[in-house]
Amino acid sequence: MSRSDVLVDADWVQAHLDDPKVVIVEVDEDTSAYDKNHIRNAVRIDWRKDLQDPVRRDFVDQAGFEKLLSEKGIANDDTVVLYGGNNNWFASYAYWYFKLYGHESVKLLDGGRKKWELDSRDLVAEVPERPATEYRAKAQDTSIRAFRDDVVAAIGSANLVDVRSPDEFSGRLLAPAHLPQEQSQRPGHVPSARNIPWSKNANDDGTFKSDEELKALYEAEGVDLSQDTIAYCRIGERSALTWFVLHELLDQSSVRNYDGSWTEYGSLVGVPIELGSGK
Amino acid sequence: MCGAKAGGPELAGVDVASETIIQGSVTRDGEPVNGYVRLLDEGGEFTAEVPTSATGQFRFFAAPGTWTLRALVPGASVDRKVVAQQGAFTEVAIAV
Repeated sequence: MSRSDVLVDADWVQAHLDDPKVVIVEVDEDTSAYDKNHIRNAVRIDWRKDLQDPVRRDFVDQAGFEKLLSEKGIANDDTVVLYGGNNNWFASYAYWYFKLYGHESVKLLDGGRKKWELDSRDLVAEVPERPATEYRAKAQDTSIRAFRDDVVAAIGSANLVDVRSPDEFSGRLLAPAHLPQEQSQRPGHVPSARNIPWSKNANDDGTFKSDEELKALYEAEGVDLSQDTIAYCRIGERSALTWFVLHELLDQSSVRNYDGSWTEYGSLVGVPIELGSGK
Repeated sequence: MCGAKAGGPELAGVDVASETIIQGSVTRDGEPVNGYVRLLDEGGEFTAEVPTSATGQFRFFAAPGTWTLRALVPGASVDRKVVAQQGAFTEVAIAV
């Protein structure tokens, strides 16, 4: 895997807007952003309605993912290009999801919606029609997904990377600062976790830093990239971006995203929690 | 949508007393600008980012302290330092 296999720039997307084997998919935290406008021919995946189980806290299952992609007109041999707002947080989350269910060719648009907008590129309101497919997903690849017990077992032994902002890591904030702060879980972080905010992976315009800069970032923060790594945030979307950096761009084999993240860990009874900056 | 609304978004339904709110608008020659606003902490580290609304407005739920707002719009980037307090909302008008 190399950068060009998993990341495309806006010019590449522009050149493939009418390519029938390329499906551009917008995934946004603000799921209404697509209604306003989107990249021409892009379809929408709603991270909450389409990707989560409607009742219990978990993902849609394999059959649910097959149904979703079939309805969206995505075939197994299509190249899927994901983009979204918030510096691709939820697009990265969807990317990880596509990999979890074994989709072969999936890429992120570097910089996502923000870069596209800051470049003043065209956005349209028309919704494309794609004929339905018969998509077949693979069983979940749990080698890239961490659960709460994996996190507790990793304390003091594997790399734990907390990608939230320093204020969330220290316990000063409970959620990203564009969301209300009233939450039920306890503030803080998993003991022995290093705070390497997701934002350090990206430039102001949302594009990823170079492989050399990224490698230097994790080494400078004392992450031994030869060890197993678990990344987490609040609900697993920002850490999906860090998972993308470590697993897809830097090609590290043992990196898992903990999608339960702080909203689960901070609510568990009896697990250790550390407060403060950790330094 | 035409014309910028002064100040941040409506506060109806927001628990102002328990939150530390930083909000405002981004304008160019008095007109709202579509772009992004980033919230940076005292160390200059990214904390959050929102797109501006159709009327150029933005809002953050922060913690008390000193923050920097960075407006990113096509072709420009403007920083503004603000001090936020719990129970009060800090209004910031950013002209780019």
